[in-house]
Amino acid sequence: MKILVCISNVPDTTSKINFTEGDTKFDTNGVQFVINPNDEFGLTRAMWFKEKQGATVHVVNVGGAQTEPTIRKALAIGADEAIRINAEPTDGFFVAQQLAEVVKNGSYDLVIAGRESIDYNGGMVPGILATLLDMNFVNTCIGLEIDGNNATAVREIDGGKEKISTTLPLVIGGQKGLVEESDLRIPNMRGIMMARKKTLNVVEPIDAAQHTQDQKFEKPAAKGPVKLVDAGNIGELVELLHNEAKVI
Amino acid sequence: MSVLVYTESLKGKFKKNAFEVASYAYKVAQELGTTVTAVAFNAEDEASLGNYGVSKVLKVSDDALSTFNAKAYADVLAQAANKEDAKVIVLSSSSDTKFLAPILTAKLSAGYVPNVVAAPESTSPFVVKRTAFSNKGFAITEISSDIKIIGVSSNAFGIVENNVSASVEDLSANLVDGAFNVKSVEVDRVVGKATIADADIVVSGGRGLKGPENWGMVEELADVLGAATACSKPVSDMGWRPHSEHVGQTGKPVASNLYIAIGISGAIQHLAGINASKVKVVINNDPEAPFFKAADYGVVGDAFEVVPQLIEKLKEFKAQNA
Repeated sequence: MKILVCISNVPDTTSKINFTEGDTKFDTNGVQFVINPNDEFGLTRAMWFKEKQGATVHVVNVGGAQTEPTIRKALAIGADEAIRINAEPTDGFFVAQQLAEVVKNGSYDLVIAGRESIDYNGGMVPGILATLLDMNFVNTCIGLEIDGNNATAVREIDGGKEKISTTLPLVIGGQKGLVEESDLRIPNMRGIMMARKKTLNVVEPIDAAQHTQDQKFEKPAAKGPVKLVDAGNIGELVELLHNEAKVI
Repeated sequence: MSVLVYTESLKGKFKKNAFEVASYAYKVAQELGTTVTAVAFNAEDEASLGNYGVSKVLKVSDDALSTFNAKAYADVLAQAANKEDAKVIVLSSSSDTKFLAPILTAKLSAGYVPNVVAAPESTSPFVVKRTAFSNKGFAITEISSDIKIIGVSSNAFGIVENNVSASVEDLSANLVDGAFNVKSVEVDRVVGKATIADADIVVSGGRGLKGPENWGMVEELADVLGAATACSKPVSDMGWRPHSEHVGQTGKPVASNLYIAIGISGAIQHLAGINASKVKVVINNDPEAPFFKAADYGVVGDAFEVVPQLIEKLKEFKAQNA
């Protein structure tokens, strides 16, 4: 089985978000970049398929040269090879078209992407990719087993979960649940050393349309001070929620 | 070229978000000088969508579609969009809709913007405001493609009544080959309880509750309020509560009217996830907890004393206002 894991290079979850150049760009100053958490759960599941079922695992990223440390981290975790498509990922449709080219050329059986990146939250890349290539698709995937050509997936739905049966070739939009938080791997020194020698192919993007453009960014409005209610007078809280906030 | 809206239902009943996306679609249709056409699958009382501005309902009745199937639903929506020559399609932010939206986007070669929080800033060019960076910011985004798909953030635009009389028409759908290659085997959904996705009120517990055995009072508080229960990331990581309750940046987003956080310190990832909630209440014994900076109302105190009191007072309030 040949697996492609799509990874985004995103600000660490603890990052404070600021904008620059007249609020038209994300300010990367002082920001630590990581593998998108939803993708990392998928990558870890892919390592499981590699170790237990002999799968080959490639990772792909659409991004400039600055994303290479994140790609190397994925190799250090255990991916066999990496591809970087040399383009800025500013539109989901554009990114999906780039990835479709890689998937087509590499004849992958399983493509694992995150349900969304935690920066631009588009949540569309895996679904568009699957549809462009007429592959099966399961989103918000929290469990995946592969047996030959058959796949059993668990999908998170509002208020519960759904068990799905499908076949390869398959694209999933993954998230926590594919593996547990405690299963995530921190690359060890040996992994880091080996990652330096692994292949990282840089390919140029194909011509593809952009359907959306972010023109400007805003930060949420500053919040007023909290109104404190005395722990001995909880009736007042109920009063405030009813009369002032009007939410009960 | 009407504005098309997908109005979701569950077991025949329209979901609350159906009325919200219909309201949003009506607003867009007014801007564009056109009307709203809704697509409803196996729903009852379709004409009720007229109350929210829908002029025409395309009714799909097909037993093969009684369980949600993203590819098949997307295909039917694409057929409806072509039939109506729709240039704008309005969707919700439910997990089912976020599953079908990219499929529909690819089929129609459309531009899709999810998590939209307000009516379009302009329709020519077509510009919308959406959340980005997991609710830590907003993006003002232009959609330049011919067909535009808008995913409306839940509880952001709100439900607006607009009395229009809705005609109902059958839409016979041609089901796409291979749609059922992704087959639902079993659906395990909590019934009769509010879910985090559509609850007006969410009650959430953190590590400050000390252990899963103490969740009784969180559940009782949720019961009194008709609220959904949620938890912080450490709580789900430790297995005190199921993953499906984890709210935050890597868990579920919350956009309720009222969010009550009990024993949650307020890590930046958690606050991002619940930022879209309108009113936030924090109960924590540490006055330095970061959540107090993000909350509207706060109680500094021991959750094990405050929460039972709150339950008591809410019961009294309910009794008086029943």
